[in-house]
Formats: sequence, C-alpha cells, structure tokens
Amino acid sequence: MSADIVIEHVSKQFRGGALALADISLQVGDGDFVSLLGPSGCGKSTLLKIVAGLTAPSAGTVAVDGISPANARQLMSFIFQDPTLLPWRTVEENVGLGLELSGTAAGVRQAKVDEMLELVGLSAARQLYPRQLSGGMKMRVSIARALASRPSILLLDEPFAALDEMTRDRLNDELLRLYAERQQTVLFVTHSVAEAVYLSRRIVILAPHPGRVAHIVDNHLPWPRPADLRLSAAFETQVACVSRLLRGVQAAAAEPSV
Amino acid sequence: MNRHLSFALQSLLVLGVLLTIWQSAVWMGVPHYMLPAPLAVASVVVERFPALVRSLWLTAEAAALGLLGSIVVGVAIALAFAQWRALRRLLFPYTILLQTVPIVAIAPLILMWAGNGLFSVALVAFIICLPPIIANTTQGLISVEENFLHLFLMHEATPAQVLFQLRLPHALPNLFTGIRIAAGIAVIGAITGELFAGSSRVGEGGLGYSILYASGQLETDYLFALVLAATVLGFAFFFVTMFLEWYFLHHWHESNRPDLPD
Repeated sequence: MSADIVIEHVSKQFRGGALALADISLQVGDGDFVSLLGPSGCGKSTLLKIVAGLTAPSAGTVAVDGISPANARQLMSFIFQDPTLLPWRTVEENVGLGLELSGTAAGVRQAKVDEMLELVGLSAARQLYPRQLSGGMKMRVSIARALASRPSILLLDEPFAALDEMTRDRLNDELLRLYAERQQTVLFVTHSVAEAVYLSRRIVILAPHPGRVAHIVDNHLPWPRPADLRLSAAFETQVACVSRLLRGVQAAAAEPSV
Repeated sequence: MNRHLSFALQSLLVLGVLLTIWQSAVWMGVPHYMLPAPLAVASVVVERFPALVRSLWLTAEAAALGLLGSIVVGVAIALAFAQWRALRRLLFPYTILLQTVPIVAIAPLILMWAGNGLFSVALVAFIICLPPIIANTTQGLISVEENFLHLFLMHEATPAQVLFQLRLPHALPNLFTGIRIAAGIAVIGAITGELFAGSSRVGEGGLGYSILYASGQLETDYLFALVLAATVLGFAFFFVTMFLEWYFLHHWHESNRPDLPD
C-alpha cells in the first residue's frame, strides 16, 4: 500500500511573475522517505502543493501512482504546518473527518477512529475540543486524521516547525514508528537539517530564487532508527555534511549574480 | 461572587438615587402630564397590567417573527453569496443600501402595500433585521482559511460538504453577532411598524400603537409604562440571543474560553 511520485521538469511561475520553481525533476519511489530541505524562498512548500494537486505547475508534469495528482487524492494525505483542526469538532470528530466526508459508515468509522487515537496515544483526549489541547497534541490529532484514511502517500509541510524541540523529537520518533509499521511513501518538507537526517532515506536540497534541485543526498544511516541515534557520531557526521551543502547553497544565493 | 454582588448593589444604588431625584422633581411642582412621578408610573403599571402585557406580547410576536424570518432568509442569502462569487459582487452592495434606508420612511409604504396586521409589522422588523444577518454571515462564510479548504479538497469533499460542514460552522460566531445586532433592532422595527399599523380595536394594539394612543390621550404615566415595557422587551430579546450564542458556542469558541481574564 504505497505508491510512487514522478516529478518531471516542473516549473512554477506566480501570477506576479516571480519564478518559484525552475525545472524540477525528482522521483520518489514506493515506500521512500524523502525530505525537501532548503532555505525559505526555495519553493519547497509550493512543490509539495503541486504534488498534492492543490496548485497547478506552470510547466512540466507530476504523476502520482501513474495518474494526475488531482485524481490521486484518495491515495494521499496532507499534513499542514498548522494542525488545521476544526475548532467546533472534538478530537475524535476531527480524526474521523476524512472518513465522514467520504461517506464511511458510522460503525466502521468509529472503529478506525479508535485505532488511530490508540496509535497516537490520544484515546483519553477523544472528547476534548482543540482549544483544550497543547501544540503537540493538536499535531498528533492532525497526524491521526491524515492516517485514518489509510493513505499510500503522506505529504508533510513543515509539520513540526512551530513546536518546541522536545515535542518535535518525540513526534519525529512517532512518525518513524508509523512509517516502519505502514511503509508509506513520504514526502517531508522541513528547514531543519537534523530532522531531515534523522527521518529520511534521501534528502533533496533545494536552492532558492528560483527554486531548483541543488543536491540529492542518500542518507545511509541504518534502520531502524532509535531515539539515541541522534547522539551517535555517524548522525553528527551526516548532519555536518548536509549542513555544509545547505550553507553552500545559501552562500551561492546570497552572492550577486554576474 | 462577592464582586458581582457589590456591582449589583452599586447599580441599584444609582437607580435609587435617580428615582429619588425624579420623584422629588415631581413633588417640587413639575406638572403631572409633563412628567409623571415614578410612583404614579408604578401604580399605572399595576392598574393596567393586562393591557400592557397584551401590547407587549403583540410587539414581541411581531419582532420575533421578523427576527426569525430574517435569520432564515438572511442565512440562505449569505449561503448563496458564499457559493456564487458573481452573485455576491452583483447583489451585496444592495444589502448595504437596504441598511441605510430610514425605516420610518418606508414603514408607511410597507403597510400600504401589505395591509395592516401582524404580518406587515413583522415585515418591517424583518427588513431592518436582514442586513446585519446577511453582512455578518457572509463575512464568516467567506473568511475560511485556505488550509481548511485545502484539507477538504484533499478529502475530496463535495461543494455542499464544504459549504455545510466547513463554511457554515465557521460562520456561526459571525451569525450570532448578526443576530445580536438584529435582536436589538427587531423590537425597534416592530414598534415602528405599529406606529403606522393602527388597530382593529380602539385603544388596543402593540406597544407602538399604544404609545401613539396614550400620547394622543395625554396619558403620560401610561406612556412611561409603555416605554418601560419596550425596554424590558429589548432586554429580553438581547438576553435570549446571548443565551443561544453561549449555548451553541461555549464548547469550542475562543470568545467563551473559561480561563480568560475578564
């Protein structure tokens, strides 16, 4: 239950004329975990929205499991930076939203919601409203909602950027556990090097103005990845390597072009 | 709790002082038909209580009908505005125009067209209640954040699902703001309507009619009683709306957060 993403020569020009993405080609295989890493202005979120079919590319094509993104939506779930929980719905009603919209029978829906709440450790909070939750709990609800429809592809747009580091690390661990269990294809946008290194199989470093692929790093850290991997020398070496590449990209962008 | 109690006592004290000043003014020789004493007003309230309540009830009925009608029609129009942008751009300015029309000027027209009676009076209330309902609800319906729309899009929601499961609940707080504004002016609208509506029986009608009649008869003390009744009615409408707003929103809406300081 996973699928691949093929991005070919994708460019995106905004209506104002600014070129956000220039000729991006990228393949994300079945069960791959790819991070899009780059400074702000590199168009990483725009690229993710194009893959989700939420915005159209100006040129080039995207195929999700062989079909256009707009037709492949039932394969995908999108997790936003903001938890985007409906404030008038309880935790369980938020988790069940997608199932409800697709007309899943109430009994089946309840069973799936229960399973998801169990998975993210929020069974006790099911009756609470979003305003009663901490930032980390809200994000867990958002993840549970995304997983409830059993997507083959998870698209995450800097989901943990607004959280404190402890919460972020814990949610990273949970995300890896879920990935190990379900082997979805994951496309993960982040601006944190450590997060990208800890989570992904491959890291795509984008350069800004216009957004383009600068480097693709194969991340050879072993699987499974326990929490204390973050303290290992191998991890630190990898972080240093990716940081260096990222800094190079930023320095090149800062120089005036000739 | 103590704080509330002392606040209530202070308010009552102010009221007491005002009533004393008023009563003293009358004792010092202001003529009764110009300014009846509070005690005289109180006694006429008791004396003519059944008639007063009947007037109050007639006005309440008309105002409530107008308000309910404006909620139903206003929400329907706002939903249409939210769904069809072209329609909104074409017609929304006219709802603002409706708001600026002086109701006193068009009330006689409405009564001329629709005839006397409850329906026409309710219609006047309806017309002044409609603009705030439409304006506030439309605002709430169209100000949904893009991420929520994307979320619904990713779940392949139908346009109806987006409208009724996302936009409408999102607009509920705005709708209640509209209802609160409308509730206040519904009573004013009904009374205005009654000023022109007349009555099938001499001396009997809603508050507006009775105000005209009492002023014609120079029953100034009863006039005061009617003003008092109109104020009570306005308050009642306001509190009912506040309660409904609390009832529907306090579970989830930030405005009713229990841990916020006053």
